[in-house]
Amino acid sequence: MSETVLSIKGLVKSYGAVPILRGIDLDVSRGEVVSIIGSSGSGKTTLLRCINLLEEYQDGHIEVAGETIGYSGDGRQRKPLTERTRARQRALTGMAFQQFNLFPHMTAQANIMLGLVKVRGMARAEAEKIAADWLDRVGLSHRRDHYPKQLSGGQQQRVAIARAIAMSPQLMLFDEITSALDPELVAEVLEVVRELAGDGMTMLLVTHEMRFAHDVSNRIIFMDQGRIAEQGPPKSLFRKPGTERLTAFLKNSSF
Amino acid sequence: MPPEAEVGDHWNRIMGYTFNFTPVWQSLPDLLRGLGLGLGLALASLAVGMALGLAVAFGMVSRQGGLRRLASGYVTFLRNIPLLLLIYFAFLGLPQLGIRLDKYTAFAGSLTLYGAAYMAEIFRGGLQAVPHGVVEAGRAIGLRPLQIKLYLILPILFRTTRPALGNAYISLFKDTSLAAAIAVPELTFQARKLNLETFRIVETWLVTSLLYVLTAVAIANLLRYLDWRANRREGRTAP
Repeated sequence: MSETVLSIKGLVKSYGAVPILRGIDLDVSRGEVVSIIGSSGSGKTTLLRCINLLEEYQDGHIEVAGETIGYSGDGRQRKPLTERTRARQRALTGMAFQQFNLFPHMTAQANIMLGLVKVRGMARAEAEKIAADWLDRVGLSHRRDHYPKQLSGGQQQRVAIARAIAMSPQLMLFDEITSALDPELVAEVLEVVRELAGDGMTMLLVTHEMRFAHDVSNRIIFMDQGRIAEQGPPKSLFRKPGTERLTAFLKNSSF
Repeated sequence: MPPEAEVGDHWNRIMGYTFNFTPVWQSLPDLLRGLGLGLGLALASLAVGMALGLAVAFGMVSRQGGLRRLASGYVTFLRNIPLLLLIYFAFLGLPQLGIRLDKYTAFAGSLTLYGAAYMAEIFRGGLQAVPHGVVEAGRAIGLRPLQIKLYLILPILFRTTRPALGNAYISLFKDTSLAAAIAVPELTFQARKLNLETFRIVETWLVTSLLYVLTAVAIANLLRYLDWRANRREGRTAP
Protein backbone atom coordinates (compact mmCIF):
# COMPACT_ATOMS: atom_id res chain seq x y z
CA MET A 1 0.00 0.00 0.00
CA SER A 2 1.55 3.30 -1.02
CA GLU A 3 1.78 6.30 1.21
CA THR A 4 -1.13 8.76 1.40
CA VAL A 5 -0.07 12.31 0.48
CA LEU A 6 -3.45 13.96 0.70
CA SER A 7 -6.30 12.98 2.94
CA ILE A 8 -9.56 14.94 3.07
CA LYS A 9 -12.38 14.04 5.43
CA GLY A 10 -15.83 15.62 5.57
CA LEU A 11 -14.85 18.92 3.94
CA VAL A 12 -17.70 21.43 4.14
CA LYS A 13 -17.57 24.93 2.72
CA SER A 14 -20.18 27.57 2.05
CA TYR A 15 -20.30 31.20 1.05
CA GLY A 16 -22.83 32.55 3.52
CA ALA A 17 -25.95 30.47 2.98
CA VAL A 18 -24.77 29.02 -0.33
CA PRO A 19 -23.21 25.57 0.09
CA ILE A 20 -20.21 24.96 -2.17
CA LEU A 21 -18.73 21.73 -0.79
CA ARG A 22 -21.10 19.38 1.01
CA GLY A 23 -18.82 16.81 2.59
CA ILE A 24 -15.83 15.77 0.50
CA ASP A 25 -13.80 12.66 1.35
CA LEU A 26 -10.74 12.06 -0.76
CA ASP A 27 -7.40 10.28 -0.41
CA VAL A 28 -4.56 10.64 -2.88
CA SER A 29 -1.51 8.36 -2.79
CA ARG A 30 2.05 9.32 -3.61
CA GLY A 31 2.61 9.37 -7.35
CA GLU A 32 -1.07 9.29 -8.15
CA VAL A 33 -2.51 11.58 -10.83
CA VAL A 34 -6.12 12.50 -10.12
CA SER A 35 -8.27 14.64 -12.39
CA ILE A 36 -11.39 16.37 -11.17
CA ILE A 37 -14.08 17.00 -13.75
CA GLY A 38 -17.55 18.45 -13.46
CA SER A 39 -19.63 21.36 -14.65
CA SER A 40 -18.85 24.87 -13.47
CA GLY A 41 -20.15 25.59 -10.01
CA SER A 42 -19.71 22.00 -8.90
CA GLY A 43 -16.97 23.03 -6.45
CA LYS A 44 -13.85 21.70 -8.22
CA THR A 45 -11.79 24.88 -8.01
CA THR A 46 -12.95 25.62 -4.48
CA LEU A 47 -11.79 22.18 -3.41
CA LEU A 48 -8.28 22.84 -4.74
CA ARG A 49 -8.20 26.26 -3.11
CA CYS A 50 -9.15 24.78 0.27
CA ILE A 51 -6.27 22.31 0.02
CA ASN A 52 -3.86 25.20 -0.49
CA LEU A 53 -5.55 27.30 2.22
CA LEU A 54 -6.54 30.03 -0.19
CA GLU A 55 -10.10 29.53 1.08
CA GLU A 56 -11.42 29.08 4.59
CA TYR A 57 -13.79 26.19 5.18
CA GLN A 58 -16.32 25.54 7.89
CA ASP A 59 -15.80 21.88 8.69
CA GLY A 60 -13.65 18.89 7.91
CA HIS A 61 -10.00 17.86 7.94
CA ILE A 62 -7.30 18.16 5.36
CA GLU A 63 -3.99 16.41 5.85
CA VAL A 64 -1.02 16.88 3.55
CA ALA A 65 1.88 14.49 4.09
CA GLY A 66 0.44 13.59 7.48
CA GLU A 67 0.14 17.18 8.71
CA THR A 68 -3.28 18.69 9.48
CA ILE A 69 -3.60 21.84 7.43
CA GLY A 70 -4.98 25.22 8.37
CA TYR A 71 -6.78 24.57 11.63
CA SER A 72 -6.24 23.05 15.02
CA GLY A 73 -8.83 21.40 17.24
CA ASP A 74 -12.32 20.16 16.46
CA GLY A 75 -15.87 21.36 16.80
CA ARG A 76 -16.01 24.39 19.07
CA GLN A 77 -12.27 24.23 19.71
CA ARG A 78 -11.53 24.52 15.99
CA LYS A 79 -9.19 27.48 15.42
CA PRO A 80 -7.28 28.75 12.41
CA LEU A 81 -3.53 28.28 12.76
CA THR A 82 -1.30 31.36 12.66
CA GLU A 83 -0.53 32.88 9.26
CA ARG A 84 3.09 31.91 9.78
CA THR A 85 2.24 28.25 10.19
CA ARG A 86 -0.20 28.38 7.32
CA ALA A 87 2.42 29.95 5.07
CA ARG A 88 4.75 27.06 5.79
CA GLN A 89 1.94 24.57 5.16
CA ARG A 90 1.04 26.17 1.84
CA ALA A 91 4.55 25.43 0.64
CA LEU A 92 3.78 21.70 1.07
CA THR A 93 1.56 21.98 -1.97
CA GLY A 94 2.31 23.74 -5.24
CA MET A 95 -0.36 25.43 -7.28
CA ALA A 96 -0.71 26.51 -10.89
CA PHE A 97 -3.53 28.91 -11.69
CA GLN A 98 -5.83 29.48 -14.62
CA GLN A 99 -4.48 33.02 -15.04
CA PHE A 100 -0.79 32.03 -14.53
CA ASN A 101 -0.31 34.83 -11.96
CA LEU A 102 3.37 35.35 -12.59
CA PHE A 103 5.01 38.15 -10.63
CA PRO A 104 4.88 40.89 -13.29
CA HIS A 105 7.92 42.79 -12.03
CA MET A 106 10.28 39.82 -12.13
CA THR A 107 11.98 37.89 -14.90
CA ALA A 108 11.08 34.26 -15.54
CA GLN A 109 14.10 33.18 -13.53
CA ALA A 110 13.39 35.57 -10.64
CA ASN A 111 9.82 34.27 -10.49
CA ILE A 112 11.13 30.79 -9.82
CA MET A 113 13.87 31.93 -7.43
CA LEU A 114 11.74 34.03 -5.07
CA GLY A 115 10.20 31.11 -3.18
CA LEU A 116 13.46 29.17 -3.11
CA VAL A 117 15.35 32.07 -1.54
CA LYS A 118 12.69 33.58 0.73
CA VAL A 119 10.72 30.50 1.75
CA ARG A 120 13.24 27.69 1.48
CA GLY A 121 16.12 29.92 2.62
CA MET A 122 18.36 28.83 -0.21
CA ALA A 123 21.52 30.72 -1.24
CA ARG A 124 21.02 32.74 -4.43
CA ALA A 125 23.54 30.73 -6.43
CA GLU A 126 21.83 27.47 -5.57
CA ALA A 127 18.37 28.89 -6.32
CA GLU A 128 19.66 30.22 -9.62
CA LYS A 129 20.86 26.78 -10.59
CA ILE A 130 17.54 25.15 -9.71
CA ALA A 131 15.62 27.85 -11.58
CA ALA A 132 17.82 27.32 -14.63
CA ASP A 133 17.25 23.56 -14.47
CA TRP A 134 13.49 23.96 -14.32
CA LEU A 135 13.38 26.54 -17.08
CA ASP A 136 15.33 24.05 -19.15
CA ARG A 137 12.85 21.29 -18.36
CA VAL A 138 9.88 23.38 -19.46
CA GLY A 139 11.78 24.36 -22.59
CA LEU A 140 12.30 28.03 -21.73
CA SER A 141 16.03 28.42 -21.07
CA HIS A 142 16.16 31.08 -23.76
CA ARG A 143 13.45 33.09 -21.97
CA ARG A 144 15.24 33.23 -18.60
CA ASP A 145 15.60 37.02 -18.50
CA HIS A 146 12.23 37.81 -20.05
CA TYR A 147 9.47 39.48 -18.11
CA PRO A 148 5.97 37.95 -18.10
CA LYS A 149 4.64 40.58 -20.53
CA GLN A 150 7.24 39.45 -23.05
CA LEU A 151 6.07 35.82 -22.94
CA SER A 152 3.14 34.10 -24.63
CA GLY A 153 0.36 32.67 -22.47
CA GLY A 154 1.70 29.16 -22.92
CA GLN A 155 5.20 30.25 -21.94
CA GLN A 156 3.89 32.12 -18.90
CA GLN A 157 2.01 29.06 -17.76
CA ARG A 158 5.10 26.88 -18.16
CA VAL A 159 7.10 29.32 -16.04
CA ALA A 160 4.30 29.32 -13.46
CA ILE A 161 4.37 25.53 -13.32
CA ALA A 162 8.17 25.56 -12.99
CA ARG A 163 7.88 28.12 -10.18
CA ALA A 164 5.53 25.83 -8.25
CA ILE A 165 7.41 22.58 -8.89
CA ALA A 166 10.83 24.06 -8.11
CA MET A 167 9.68 24.31 -4.49
CA SER A 168 9.52 20.48 -4.49
CA PRO A 169 5.99 20.27 -3.10
CA GLN A 170 4.46 17.05 -1.83
CA LEU A 171 1.51 17.58 -4.11
CA MET A 172 0.83 19.72 -7.17
CA LEU A 173 -2.54 21.35 -7.73
CA PHE A 174 -3.46 22.45 -11.25
CA ASP A 175 -6.49 24.69 -11.51
CA GLU A 176 -7.80 24.76 -15.09
CA ILE A 177 -4.36 25.69 -16.31
CA THR A 178 -5.27 25.68 -20.00
CA SER A 179 -8.63 27.46 -19.82
CA ALA A 180 -7.16 30.92 -20.41
CA LEU A 181 -4.94 29.83 -23.29
CA ASP A 182 -5.40 30.15 -27.00
CA PRO A 183 -6.13 26.70 -28.46
CA GLU A 184 -2.77 26.44 -30.22
CA LEU A 185 -0.89 26.98 -26.92
CA VAL A 186 -2.70 24.29 -24.93
CA ALA A 187 -0.57 21.38 -26.13
CA GLU A 188 2.78 22.77 -24.98
CA VAL A 189 1.46 23.21 -21.43
CA LEU A 190 -0.20 19.81 -21.28
CA GLU A 191 3.03 18.26 -22.50
CA VAL A 192 4.85 19.68 -19.46
CA VAL A 193 2.20 18.26 -17.14
CA ARG A 194 2.36 14.90 -18.89
CA GLU A 195 6.12 14.76 -18.30
CA LEU A 196 5.71 15.63 -14.64
CA ALA A 197 3.16 12.86 -14.29
CA GLY A 198 5.66 10.51 -15.90
CA ASP A 199 8.24 11.53 -13.29
CA GLY A 200 5.94 10.38 -10.51
CA MET A 201 4.78 13.78 -9.22
CA THR A 202 1.59 13.52 -7.19
CA MET A 203 -1.00 15.70 -8.89
CA LEU A 204 -4.55 16.84 -8.55
CA LEU A 205 -5.89 18.53 -11.66
CA VAL A 206 -9.08 20.42 -12.30
CA THR A 207 -9.53 20.34 -16.05
CA HIS A 208 -11.92 20.58 -18.95
CA GLU A 209 -9.54 18.71 -21.24
CA MET A 210 -11.30 15.35 -21.19
CA ARG A 211 -8.94 13.66 -23.62
CA PHE A 212 -5.95 14.75 -21.56
CA ALA A 213 -7.58 13.72 -18.28
CA HIS A 214 -8.34 10.35 -19.79
CA ASP A 215 -4.77 9.83 -20.96
CA VAL A 216 -2.78 11.12 -18.01
CA SER A 217 -4.83 10.21 -14.92
CA ASN A 218 -4.87 7.15 -12.69
CA ARG A 219 -8.24 8.21 -11.42
CA ILE A 220 -11.05 10.55 -12.44
CA ILE A 221 -13.32 12.26 -9.96
CA PHE A 222 -16.65 13.60 -11.12
CA MET A 223 -17.99 16.36 -8.91
CA ASP A 224 -21.59 17.47 -8.90
CA GLN A 225 -23.22 20.07 -6.65
CA GLY A 226 -20.46 20.07 -4.07
CA ARG A 227 -20.11 16.31 -3.79
CA ILE A 228 -18.00 13.61 -5.35
CA ALA A 229 -20.70 11.94 -7.43
CA GLU A 230 -18.56 9.28 -9.00
CA GLN A 231 -14.93 8.21 -9.30
CA GLY A 232 -12.82 5.53 -10.87
CA PRO A 233 -10.12 4.71 -13.42
CA PRO A 234 -10.55 6.81 -16.56
CA LYS A 235 -11.28 3.95 -18.93
CA SER A 236 -14.20 2.50 -17.04
CA LEU A 237 -15.55 5.86 -15.91
CA PHE A 238 -15.62 7.35 -19.37
CA ARG A 239 -16.92 4.19 -20.99
CA LYS A 240 -19.55 3.24 -18.44
CA PRO A 241 -20.61 6.28 -16.39
CA GLY A 242 -22.63 5.11 -13.40
CA THR A 243 -24.80 8.16 -13.01
CA GLU A 244 -27.12 10.07 -15.30
CA ARG A 245 -25.38 13.31 -14.37
CA LEU A 246 -22.00 12.07 -15.58
CA THR A 247 -23.56 10.60 -18.73
CA ALA A 248 -25.09 13.99 -19.49
CA PHE A 249 -21.88 15.83 -18.61
CA LEU A 250 -19.73 13.65 -20.86
CA LYS A 251 -22.21 14.00 -23.70
CA ASN A 252 -21.84 17.78 -23.51
CA SER A 253 -18.04 17.72 -23.24
CA SER A 254 -15.82 17.82 -26.25
CA PHE A 255 -13.33 14.98 -26.52
CA MET B 1 18.01 108.22 -14.94
CA PRO B 2 15.87 105.09 -14.47
CA PRO B 3 12.76 104.95 -16.63
CA GLU B 4 10.46 103.92 -13.77
CA ALA B 5 9.29 107.45 -13.05
CA GLU B 6 7.91 107.83 -16.52
CA VAL B 7 6.13 104.52 -16.74
CA GLY B 8 2.81 105.55 -15.25
CA ASP B 9 2.58 108.90 -17.01
CA HIS B 10 0.70 107.83 -20.12
CA TRP B 11 -1.26 104.76 -21.06
CA ASN B 12 0.75 104.21 -24.23
CA ARG B 13 3.92 104.45 -22.24
CA ILE B 14 2.82 101.40 -20.25
CA MET B 15 2.27 99.53 -23.47
CA GLY B 16 5.61 100.78 -24.60
CA TYR B 17 7.27 99.53 -21.43
CA THR B 18 11.00 99.16 -21.91
CA PHE B 19 12.35 95.96 -20.47
CA ASN B 20 15.46 96.00 -18.40
CA PHE B 21 16.58 92.58 -17.25
CA THR B 22 19.98 93.62 -15.95
CA PRO B 23 19.04 93.77 -12.23
CA VAL B 24 17.35 90.38 -12.52
CA TRP B 25 20.37 88.74 -14.14
CA GLN B 26 22.57 90.25 -11.44
CA SER B 27 20.40 88.57 -8.80
CA LEU B 28 20.16 85.27 -10.65
CA PRO B 29 22.40 83.48 -8.09
CA ASP B 30 19.88 84.39 -5.35
CA LEU B 31 16.99 83.16 -7.49
CA LEU B 32 18.79 79.90 -8.26
CA ARG B 33 19.63 79.43 -4.58
CA GLY B 34 15.93 79.88 -3.86
CA LEU B 35 15.06 77.38 -6.56
CA GLY B 36 17.46 74.84 -5.08
CA LEU B 37 15.96 75.32 -1.64
CA GLY B 38 12.46 74.74 -3.05
CA LEU B 39 13.56 71.56 -4.79
CA GLY B 40 15.17 70.33 -1.59
CA LEU B 41 12.11 71.11 0.53
CA ALA B 42 9.90 69.34 -2.01
CA LEU B 43 12.21 66.34 -2.07
CA ALA B 44 12.29 66.06 1.73
CA SER B 45 8.50 66.33 1.87
CA LEU B 46 8.18 63.77 -0.89
CA ALA B 47 10.42 61.27 0.89
CA VAL B 48 8.82 61.51 4.31
CA GLY B 49 5.36 62.09 2.81
CA MET B 50 5.66 58.91 0.75
CA ALA B 51 6.38 56.81 3.83
CA LEU B 52 3.52 58.42 5.73
CA GLY B 53 1.21 58.26 2.70
CA LEU B 54 1.98 54.57 2.26
CA ALA B 55 1.09 53.86 5.88
CA VAL B 56 -2.14 55.85 5.50
CA ALA B 57 -2.98 54.00 2.26
CA PHE B 58 -2.56 50.62 3.97
CA GLY B 59 -4.85 51.99 6.68
CA MET B 60 -7.44 52.98 4.10
CA VAL B 61 -7.65 49.46 2.69
CA SER B 62 -7.36 47.78 6.10
CA ARG B 63 -9.99 45.32 7.23
CA GLN B 64 -10.15 47.06 10.61
CA GLY B 65 -12.93 49.63 10.58
CA GLY B 66 -11.32 51.93 13.14
CA LEU B 67 -8.03 52.13 11.29
CA ARG B 68 -9.84 52.66 8.00
CA ARG B 69 -11.89 55.55 9.37
CA LEU B 70 -8.82 57.15 10.94
CA ALA B 71 -6.88 56.96 7.66
CA SER B 72 -9.78 58.23 5.54
CA GLY B 73 -10.39 61.02 8.03
CA TYR B 74 -6.77 62.12 7.76
CA VAL B 75 -6.97 62.29 3.97
CA THR B 76 -10.32 64.06 3.91
CA PHE B 77 -9.17 66.63 6.43
CA LEU B 78 -5.79 67.42 4.90
CA ARG B 79 -6.98 67.46 1.33
CA ASN B 80 -9.63 70.00 2.18
CA ILE B 81 -7.72 72.65 4.07
CA PRO B 82 -5.66 75.18 2.12
CA LEU B 83 -1.94 74.52 2.45
CA LEU B 84 -1.30 78.15 3.38
CA LEU B 85 -3.56 77.77 6.39
CA LEU B 86 -1.66 74.68 7.47
CA ILE B 87 1.63 76.59 7.16
CA TYR B 88 0.36 79.52 9.24
CA PHE B 89 -0.94 77.13 11.85
CA ALA B 90 2.39 75.29 12.09
CA PHE B 91 4.49 78.45 12.23
CA LEU B 92 2.23 80.86 14.10
CA GLY B 93 -0.35 78.66 15.84
CA LEU B 94 1.77 75.92 17.35
CA PRO B 95 4.02 78.28 19.36
CA GLN B 96 0.91 79.36 21.26
CA LEU B 97 0.49 75.71 22.24
CA GLY B 98 4.10 75.63 23.35
CA ILE B 99 5.52 73.96 20.24
CA ARG B 100 8.08 76.23 18.62
CA LEU B 101 9.29 75.25 15.17
CA ASP B 102 11.76 77.16 13.02
CA LYS B 103 10.30 78.30 9.71
CA TYR B 104 11.98 75.54 7.67
CA THR B 105 10.67 72.79 9.90
CA ALA B 106 7.23 74.36 10.09
CA PHE B 107 7.02 74.58 6.32
CA ALA B 108 8.53 71.17 5.53
CA GLY B 109 6.30 69.58 8.16
CA SER B 110 3.19 71.18 6.69
CA LEU B 111 4.10 70.23 3.14
CA THR B 112 4.87 66.66 4.26
CA LEU B 113 1.52 66.17 6.00
CA TYR B 114 -0.25 67.72 3.04
CA GLY B 115 1.68 65.71 0.45
CA ALA B 116 1.14 62.51 2.45
CA ALA B 117 -2.62 62.93 2.09
CA TYR B 118 -2.33 63.24 -1.70
CA MET B 119 0.09 60.37 -1.98
CA ALA B 120 -2.10 58.20 0.25
CA GLU B 121 -4.83 58.56 -2.39
CA ILE B 122 -2.38 57.61 -5.13
CA PHE B 123 -1.12 54.59 -3.18
CA ARG B 124 -4.63 53.46 -2.29
CA GLY B 125 -5.50 53.33 -5.97
CA GLY B 126 -2.25 51.49 -6.64
CA LEU B 127 -2.90 48.96 -3.88
CA GLN B 128 -6.31 48.19 -5.28
CA ALA B 129 -4.76 47.69 -8.70
CA VAL B 130 -2.29 45.01 -7.55
CA PRO B 131 -3.70 41.84 -9.16
CA HIS B 132 -5.21 39.59 -6.52
CA GLY B 133 -3.96 36.52 -8.37
CA VAL B 134 -0.37 37.66 -7.95
CA VAL B 135 -0.84 37.90 -4.19
CA GLU B 136 -2.41 34.44 -4.17
CA ALA B 137 0.50 33.04 -6.16
CA GLY B 138 2.82 34.48 -3.52
CA ARG B 139 0.80 32.85 -0.75
CA ALA B 140 0.76 29.59 -2.69
CA ILE B 141 4.55 29.32 -2.69
CA GLY B 142 4.56 29.92 1.05
CA LEU B 143 5.44 33.60 1.41
CA ARG B 144 4.36 35.14 4.71
CA PRO B 145 2.14 38.27 4.73
CA LEU B 146 5.06 40.64 5.37
CA GLN B 147 7.12 39.02 2.60
CA ILE B 148 4.20 39.41 0.21
CA LYS B 149 4.08 43.12 1.03
CA LEU B 150 7.85 43.56 0.64
CA TYR B 151 8.57 41.47 -2.44
CA LEU B 152 5.30 41.68 -4.37
CA ILE B 153 2.91 44.45 -3.38
CA LEU B 154 5.39 47.29 -2.82
CA PRO B 155 7.47 46.80 -5.98
CA ILE B 156 4.33 46.49 -8.12
CA LEU B 157 2.81 49.49 -6.35
CA PHE B 158 5.83 51.71 -7.03
CA ARG B 159 5.81 50.72 -10.69
CA THR B 160 2.16 51.53 -11.27
CA THR B 161 2.15 54.73 -9.24
CA ARG B 162 5.49 56.12 -10.45
CA PRO B 163 3.97 58.54 -13.01
CA ALA B 164 1.45 59.85 -10.46
CA LEU B 165 4.18 60.22 -7.83
CA GLY B 166 6.23 62.21 -10.33
CA ASN B 167 3.33 64.59 -10.81
CA ALA B 168 2.93 64.82 -7.05
CA TYR B 169 6.58 65.86 -6.79
CA ILE B 170 6.08 68.62 -9.36
CA SER B 171 3.00 69.80 -7.44
CA LEU B 172 4.91 69.82 -4.17
CA PHE B 173 7.72 71.74 -5.83
CA LYS B 174 5.30 74.44 -7.01
CA ASP B 175 3.68 74.51 -3.58
CA THR B 176 7.03 75.45 -2.03
CA SER B 177 6.28 79.00 -3.24
CA LEU B 178 3.88 79.26 -0.30
CA ALA B 179 6.88 79.12 2.02
CA ALA B 180 7.47 82.75 1.05
CA ALA B 181 4.57 83.58 3.37
CA ILE B 182 6.71 82.74 6.40
CA ALA B 183 9.93 84.15 4.92
CA VAL B 184 11.58 80.91 3.87
CA PRO B 185 14.03 82.19 1.25
CA GLU B 186 12.94 80.00 -1.64
CA LEU B 187 12.43 81.21 -5.21
CA THR B 188 9.21 83.19 -4.76
CA PHE B 189 10.57 84.88 -1.65
CA GLN B 190 13.78 85.81 -3.48
CA ALA B 191 11.75 87.18 -6.38
CA ARG B 192 9.61 89.31 -4.10
CA LYS B 193 12.73 90.65 -2.41
CA LEU B 194 14.16 91.47 -5.82
CA ASN B 195 10.95 93.35 -6.69
CA LEU B 196 11.22 95.50 -3.65
CA GLU B 197 14.85 96.27 -4.29
CA THR B 198 14.74 96.96 -8.04
CA PHE B 199 11.09 97.58 -8.94
CA ARG B 200 11.69 95.49 -12.10
CA ILE B 201 8.47 93.65 -11.29
CA VAL B 202 7.56 92.41 -14.77
CA GLU B 203 11.08 91.22 -15.51
CA THR B 204 11.42 89.50 -12.15
CA TRP B 205 8.17 87.59 -12.40
CA LEU B 206 8.84 86.66 -16.01
CA VAL B 207 12.22 85.17 -15.15
CA THR B 208 10.89 83.51 -12.00
CA SER B 209 7.97 81.97 -13.88
CA LEU B 210 10.35 80.72 -16.50
CA LEU B 211 12.51 79.11 -13.82
CA TYR B 212 9.47 77.32 -12.36
CA VAL B 213 8.31 76.13 -15.78
CA LEU B 214 11.74 74.98 -16.93
CA THR B 215 12.34 73.08 -13.69
CA ALA B 216 8.93 71.39 -13.78
CA VAL B 217 9.38 70.44 -17.44
CA ALA B 218 12.87 69.10 -16.71
CA ILE B 219 11.56 66.95 -13.85
CA ALA B 220 8.67 65.71 -16.00
CA ASN B 221 11.03 64.76 -18.82
CA LEU B 222 13.44 63.02 -16.48
CA LEU B 223 10.58 60.98 -15.02
CA ARG B 224 9.22 60.17 -18.45
CA TYR B 225 12.64 58.96 -19.51
CA LEU B 226 13.01 56.75 -16.42
CA ASP B 227 9.55 55.34 -17.03
CA TRP B 228 10.26 54.68 -20.68
CA ARG B 229 13.49 52.91 -19.82
CA ALA B 230 11.82 50.70 -17.19
CA ASN B 231 8.94 49.88 -19.51
CA ARG B 232 11.27 48.94 -22.31
CA ARG B 233 13.26 46.69 -20.01
CA GLU B 234 10.16 44.92 -18.72
CA GLY B 235 8.43 44.70 -22.07
CA ARG B 236 5.33 46.70 -21.20
CA THR B 237 5.61 48.74 -24.35
CA ALA B 238 7.06 47.98 -27.74
CA PRO B 239 10.82 48.67 -27.77
